[in-house]
Amino acid sequence: MTDVFLNSIYVGTVKNRDDFIEKVVTERRMNRLPGMLNIENDDVRDRVYIELDHGRVVRPLIVVREGKSTLTDKHVEQLERNEISFSDLVKQGVVEYLDAAEEENALVAFADEDITPEHTHLELAPFAVLGLNAAMVPFGHHCHGVRLSQGSKNQKQAVGYYAANYQVRMDMDVNLLHYPQLPLVSTMMYDVSEYEKHPHGQNLIVAVMTYKGYNMEDAIVINKSSVDRGLGRSTYFRPLAAEELRYSGGLVDEIGVPDKEVKGYRSERDYRNLETDGIIFPEAKIGEADVIIGKTSPPRFLSSADEYNLTTSSSRESSIALQHGESGVVDFVMLTENSEGNKLVQVRLREQRIPEIGDKFISRHAQKGVISLLVPDADMPFTASGIKPDLLFGPHGMPSRMTISHLMELLGGKVAALSGRIVDATSFQSEKEDDLRKELLKLGFREDGTETMYNGITGDQYTTKIYIGNMFYMRLKHMVRNRVHSRATGPIQLLTRQPTEGRAKEGGLRLGEMEKDTFVAHGASALLKERFDADRTTIAVCEDSGLMSFMDSRKNEFHRFGASETSPVSPVEMSYAFKLLLDEIRSLGLNPRLKLERKC
Amino acid sequence: MTLITTTLETYKEKLPKAIIEQIALLVPETITKAKLDKICENVLEEYVSAQVESGDSVGLIGAESIGEPGTQMTLNTFHFAGVSEMNVTTGLPRLIELLDARKKISTEITEVFLKKEFNNAESVKRYASMIKETLLKDYLEEVSLDMAELKLIVKLNKQRMDLVDLKPVQVAKMLEKALKNYKIGVEEFTLTIVQSSTKDADFFSLYKLKEGIKKVYVNGIKGITQVLPVKKGSDYVIMTAGTNLKDLYKLEFVDTFRTFSNSVAEVEKILGIEAARSLIVDELMKVIESQGLNVDVRHIMLIADTMCMSGTVLGINRYGVVKEKPSVLARASFETPIVHLINAAMAGEVDTLRSVIENVMINQPIPVGTGTVKLKVK
Repeated sequence: MTDVFLNSIYVGTVKNRDDFIEKVVTERRMNRLPGMLNIENDDVRDRVYIELDHGRVVRPLIVVREGKSTLTDKHVEQLERNEISFSDLVKQGVVEYLDAAEEENALVAFADEDITPEHTHLELAPFAVLGLNAAMVPFGHHCHGVRLSQGSKNQKQAVGYYAANYQVRMDMDVNLLHYPQLPLVSTMMYDVSEYEKHPHGQNLIVAVMTYKGYNMEDAIVINKSSVDRGLGRSTYFRPLAAEELRYSGGLVDEIGVPDKEVKGYRSERDYRNLETDGIIFPEAKIGEADVIIGKTSPPRFLSSADEYNLTTSSSRESSIALQHGESGVVDFVMLTENSEGNKLVQVRLREQRIPEIGDKFISRHAQKGVISLLVPDADMPFTASGIKPDLLFGPHGMPSRMTISHLMELLGGKVAALSGRIVDATSFQSEKEDDLRKELLKLGFREDGTETMYNGITGDQYTTKIYIGNMFYMRLKHMVRNRVHSRATGPIQLLTRQPTEGRAKEGGLRLGEMEKDTFVAHGASALLKERFDADRTTIAVCEDSGLMSFMDSRKNEFHRFGASETSPVSPVEMSYAFKLLLDEIRSLGLNPRLKLERKC
Repeated sequence: MTLITTTLETYKEKLPKAIIEQIALLVPETITKAKLDKICENVLEEYVSAQVESGDSVGLIGAESIGEPGTQMTLNTFHFAGVSEMNVTTGLPRLIELLDARKKISTEITEVFLKKEFNNAESVKRYASMIKETLLKDYLEEVSLDMAELKLIVKLNKQRMDLVDLKPVQVAKMLEKALKNYKIGVEEFTLTIVQSSTKDADFFSLYKLKEGIKKVYVNGIKGITQVLPVKKGSDYVIMTAGTNLKDLYKLEFVDTFRTFSNSVAEVEKILGIEAARSLIVDELMKVIESQGLNVDVRHIMLIADTMCMSGTVLGINRYGVVKEKPSVLARASFETPIVHLINAAMAGEVDTLRSVIENVMINQPIPVGTGTVKLKVK
């Protein structure tokens, strides 16, 4: 007797486990049970699990019967003629979906010729063992597994053409590539996923060589003239929104140009781009601190004094403005209302992003790099036929990472560009390297893909032959423009009077404890003090009581705590953080007192 | 002779005694006055230039010198570096337990050196098995319970007992010592254990005893759980897991001048604070060298000195060295500030702001490096 579980709940027993399972599977293939039903045979514990729950990952496999694939040539023909579709194959029981549990009981053949009588299933295609992203890596079977998964992760961050209706969308943080291309070296997954509808990279001419040490440590050198011609150019979109919120007591926000009486009024200049409705006009060029949507809000707390105060307005400014370091052009303005019926204004900002030093590029093989130098066309190395590379890739990234597929794509790309056809590099079924080499030879090039090149600056011929070809490169969404940050002086925190932290708050870079130690180790006493002077204050301390005192400006004398009025008060220079520490110690119920001494 | 001594006498104040003795030893007796003066001058110059300058923050430089390679150590923590069968804690865990001055360390090891007359291959094996702590289970052949007569019949393994010259009578004696209210009969290699008073003969206690007697201590030195005779250079050494220096030193064959354990706490208790200090230096250096790192001994010596300064070994943590700091603020700046502040307040402590961390806190020049000197303006 075998226990049977349905969706992990015990439902009964069956006498013959194997017969039962076979029957369920047959019923499913005959389309009399749901296609997403899976059955697991747990022979160790003598149980059968039937699963119908949502959220199980399932994958399609071709059913194999008696050592033969049930997918026949006839099926293929019909598919080619569009007489049947994939779902028809599922209905016919030729293809079925297995979940992770049922796969444990299956023996899946990798390719047609591997099938033996023991096999129960066949992969749809060998490359189907890979995921969507990994299958998009050309020559993936010539790549280190780790690199394959890393590379596919990176592809998701590429700047591309993400949706055709981007003009009417209000997506957060979006980049759009200006001249997207299809890869010259492609895989079957590009067809399957309808890649031509959402491309995300460009075919560049890549030379594997160093350039004046500028491509050390994965850095890449890019041809500035290529950039000028539109290489990697993209647009960055960012939406901003303002809403007329309703508060208790019938108070509402008001979208409009704020009145000068309003609390927190910026300056007239900041509001210059607003039209009379308080909303910016499209195609307005805006910069730091410019107001985009003018808004006033009612006061946060209603106190009795404010209510009767008619002279000054009690409402406060709450406009949406650009933050520190931001700039752009207003792309699109939308006026609507939200689900609660409140007035909602959405503004989309646009900014052209031209590749610059510090922007990140990647090939499809996890070979990422940051631009370290933009070289003008004139200084770029060139081949005998006058070809100048768009990108120089440092060879030191190859030995340790072992991404052979990267090099093979370069070769394949060269063949594709010269012959005018797309090279198929689907994992496990790609075109052979030897064939590509032979084709390259026929096209009149060296079969190993190398070419004689000349120094662009001196005109000297390089003694080495340079490996050069075409590669599909992607620009990643991490751009310096969103990250650069520096500060000399700026905002400070209210509590500690120390500089704020983080780029958004225009903060400083913290000189932490271990960094402080390096100053001490060098004996740079005065330098250390100066570095920490950011929160320096002078506190008046009563010499008799040792407590902090303050200036009573009405009486024009120091207020002393628990000491006679004649006791001397001295100014003491200390860090504000220490003053805060003394206050906090006091809050513990302890009473720290300062004993003063003459410094010299 | 007199020339050398008189010349060197003038350097008595300037050079340490050890260096003067070295010069006297190395200089040929026929040396001229001019040459000797020149030598002494050069030595003095070299000595002065090797000294740490006043105001150098030696502690912090030491901390950084150990801390930096220490970060690399975290990567390869689980490396076993031991003699064949023994796994010794090294790397970061060992470094941490040394610096914390733990009383119980994870692997206690003693290298037992033998006195000259016992230093040979045969005796090292015999002594090794002699000092190993053995329990009754090590000599047991079989234990059976006679339910009818209410007695335990213990059969001993002759072979194993002969190896260490153990007689059944001795085993019986140890059993008698460990078990009260039981009589033990000896017959060849079979012992019978019977309750001494037949009045309250109890089956269950005897049944429990069947397991209990296995853990009865028989011979060897308590605490030494494993022994391994090794040849080290020309010496035959017994490496032991577990340690008991106090009992080891009582044995006639142990070379008490060279035998010590790797437990700082034990060495401190038995050999004193100076021995503990040099053990800390040696053990720390061993850890650092085993990782292929390079740290100057003087940094390690400074740490060992700091740990032993008070006369007992203190750990570098808030219960040890940090607790001994004179400054309230310095203590409060390192873990559990509130506890330190409240205790200081109750004692009415005054912080004279003499060391580095307090002055960083109040943003005053720190008294090291360029901050050691002050200018007086009239």
